[in-house]
Order: sequence, then structure tokens, then C-alpha cells
Amino acid sequence: MSAQTEFLWLSLGVAGVLVVATLIGQILAKRAGPEPGAVIVNLNQRIHAWWVMVGLIAGAFLFGKAGVILLFAFASFAALREFLTLTPTRLGDHWALLAVFLLALPIQYYLIWIEWYGLYSIFIPVYGFLSLSIIAAIGGDTTRFLERISFVQWGLMICVFCLSHVPAFLTLDIPGYNGKQLLLIAFLVIVVQGSDVLQYVFGKLLGRHKVAPSLSPSKTWEGLIGGVASASLIGMALWKITPFAPLQAGLIALVICLMGFFGGLVMSAIKRDRGVKDWGHMIEGHGGILDRLDSVIFAAPIMFHITRYWFSA
Amino acid sequence: MAAKANLAPKAIVARVVAGLVVGFARLVTAVRPEWRGCLPSPSARVYFANHASHGDFVLIWTVLPQALRTTTRPVAARDYWGGTGLRAFIGRNVFNAVLIDRVPDPRQPHPIEQLGAALKEGSSLIFFPEGTRNTTGDILLPFKGGLYHLTRDNPDVELVPVWIDNLSRVMPKGHFLPVPLLCSVTFGTPIRLAAEEGKDAFLARARTALLTLAPGENPP
Repeated sequence: MSAQTEFLWLSLGVAGVLVVATLIGQILAKRAGPEPGAVIVNLNQRIHAWWVMVGLIAGAFLFGKAGVILLFAFASFAALREFLTLTPTRLGDHWALLAVFLLALPIQYYLIWIEWYGLYSIFIPVYGFLSLSIIAAIGGDTTRFLERISFVQWGLMICVFCLSHVPAFLTLDIPGYNGKQLLLIAFLVIVVQGSDVLQYVFGKLLGRHKVAPSLSPSKTWEGLIGGVASASLIGMALWKITPFAPLQAGLIALVICLMGFFGGLVMSAIKRDRGVKDWGHMIEGHGGILDRLDSVIFAAPIMFHITRYWFSA
Repeated sequence: MAAKANLAPKAIVARVVAGLVVGFARLVTAVRPEWRGCLPSPSARVYFANHASHGDFVLIWTVLPQALRTTTRPVAARDYWGGTGLRAFIGRNVFNAVLIDRVPDPRQPHPIEQLGAALKEGSSLIFFPEGTRNTTGDILLPFKGGLYHLTRDNPDVELVPVWIDNLSRVMPKGHFLPVPLLCSVTFGTPIRLAAEEGKDAFLARARTALLTLAPGENPP
């Protein structure tokens, strides 16, 4: 099958799942009567937001590399805006913050656009890391210096560097698979976000035992095991759209589901520390964009390097 | 009160610029309104807010429903927003600011009379009772007397406290390039001058009403 046909089938499949979810959400709301509970209202908001997000990603795919890079560059921008809002930066950090938005972010995505692996894989961890500390030191304000500069560096790593590994799949040269790399992004997003959704569903239906009560009240063992196992099976079933064999696809799906889970855990720890429940309000029902992307952020670089090391030329 | 569509070139440019300003404010701050103590209303009101940045009235304006923007006018200093050039065009034509003199000119109507006239025309006002931008570390400066005189002359007009959060980090003093960070605008419960209430008591009450909206100040 050509990449276009596979993409069409994938879109139809995802749309089918959303149609079923929408029907279930509407039936639950009908049954609950005039005043549905908060969980049902939130469920329907989430489903509605999923339609928008799936539409955006599918739309970006139609524009190919440029569309995907622009979409994720904007996602990085919005994520960074949320992340840095919660940081204790001071007046002296203004230039460092501006450099992150106006230089580091566009340069990173430009390097991916020109497919310069040697530089985009070290630009932020090496050059960004060192120069941000220099800019902050020149600013001269030493109050809580390490804490402030770490926050900005962390935000850049999480929101820009890690997230930019999603469009970076387009730069991989995979023998017998070239021209189809967009499908790897679809695989990553479907498996990891599917795992999030299935963890939520299993957790709501069967959840009893909390995994990390001090970090997140909503994460349960039942949700974790059910969600990760079923999403890994979905990944295995999708092997045909990847360069992987069925078992490899299943294993990679398992790895990225677990990374996604830990991503959610780490980002929850940060939110707890800063005393907020959500990162922002950008996505109705979900919270901020970081609440939705935390799992993808942790999964993307790992899957990227697995694919690059074992499958690319 | 919907304004009539004005098709003069200057008015069209002003509308386009207004759209750009609102779009830019949203891009940089993703600003979100929280109508905590009241709902949007077309009746004449005075929105009184904390003032830490030149962008403050833009943010309030951005979160107002489109229909209310045309009738909500910021109160601005003539020496900064008057004159000629781009800033004056934005002040006069885009935001339709009520320009007042910081030092009243005895030959002109008194600033409080100017504001009263605008309210009687049905406009709402965006007013900064601290009198100047707060660039100190304090959360809110003491209020000047203007808000009291305004409500004494216009007792029927609701005064809505509005807390603007985080904009001072987006555009700190001395910087003109904004850093994108989330901001919020919180509208509190309207207040009015009580019978027999003196100037100091009223200003203290108004200041408290505004402070309770600030994050970390334990909203009731």
C-alpha cells in the first residue's frame, strides 16, 4: 500500500474511534439527565477536544514536512509559554527568556527542516545549555541563580528539544521506507496518546490501587497495566505502517507507552511542586497543552533513537 | 450599544490595527478572562485595575466580548498617548481613549468631568486608580482620589475591580520586547459608593476589593 492509502485508512480508523467515543459520551450525558456529573461533562469536553486535535494533526500531515514542523514548532511555543509561567524567573532573566523563544526554538526547528542531525541533536543540550547560563550570569543577578537557570534550561529541553523529535522522524533515512516517515509519527502519536486514553478508561472503570498517591490521585495500577498492555497491542497491530516486524512494533510500543507514563509522572511532580493542577487552559477538558503532550515529550526522543540506531541507513 | 460601521479609511485601518493588537496579545499571553464576581454587561461601568505595564488596558480590552470593546474606553494620560504619530493613532483611533491631563489645565474641563461625560454617553471606562504604573515591588500602590471623585459624581455607575495577573513579567519595566507567558484577567464583584461613606473609607474598600482578586491573596 502507498503511504497515502495507509494514511487514509488510519484517519478513517481514528475517526471511527472518535465517532464511537462521541456516541458513548452523548448516551452517558443523556442518561445522567439535566445535570450530568463533572466526570461526564469533562469526558465530553475531552472528546470534543480530541476531534480538534486529530483534525489539526491530519491537516498538518496533508501539508507534509512543512505542516508537521510548523505544527510542532507552535506546540513547542505554547508548551514553553505554559512551562515558564510557573517558574520563579526574575527581571534579570528577561534576555535569557527572550533568547529561548526568539532564537533557540526557531533555530531548533530550522535545523530539523534542513535535516542536520549532527547539529539538531546537540544544539540545545550543548550550545543552549551553556549559553543560557552565560546570558544569565552576565545579567548579574545571583539570587537563586542555579534554580532560575535550571528552570529555563529544563523548559527548553522538555518543550523544545524533546518535542522536536516528533518531526525529526521525517529526517530519518530508512531503507525501503522512505517517503513514509509521516506514518512513524502517526504510530507514535496513536500509540502514546492511545495509551493515555486507555489508562484513563481502565482507571475509571477498574481503578482501585493508586500507583503514585503522592504525585497523581488519578493514576492506578489497573489503569496503568490495562492501558499500557492494550496500547502495546494496538502498536503491534499497526506494524504494517512501520518499518518494524510485528514483535518489534509491539516492543517499541511497550517502551514508548512506559516512557509516556513516566513522562506524565514527572510532569505531575513539577505541577505538585508549583502548586497547580493543570499547566494551563488551552485545551478544553484536558488543561494545558503540556497536560496533553507530557507523554509524547518523553516518548519521542527514545523512539527516535531506537528507530535511528536499528532501522535507519 | 452597537457602534455604527464606520467606513472611512482611517476607521478601517483602526479596526485592522485593533484586530492585530488583540491577536498579538493573545499570542503572547493566551489571556483568559475569569468573570468571578459579575458577567459582561453593556451598561456603562468603570473597570478599575492594577497597573504595572503599558499593556494593561490592551489585556482588559482583549478579554471583553467584541461588542463591548467598541464602547469601552481606556483612560489615558494625554502626555503619553496624545500628540501625533503611531502611539497617538493607537490611543485615539484604535482604543478611543479618553485622554486626560495629569496636571489639570484650568482652561479645559476638569478630567473627572470629562470622564463623567463619557459615562453619560454610555461608554464604559478602564481606569487605573493607582494613578501611575506600579514599578515598585509592592503588589498594589495606594489609590489616588480620582476613583472617589468619579463615583461621587456618577453614583449610578458600577465600579468593577479587575485584577491583571502576570503582565509585569511579560513586559518588565525598561524592556519593550515581551516574553510569552500566560496572563489572566479576573473581574470581581462590582462596588458602589455607600451612603455617608467618606473618601478614605471608600478608597480603602475599593483597594481591598481589588486585592482579594490577586492570586495567593485567598479569594473569599
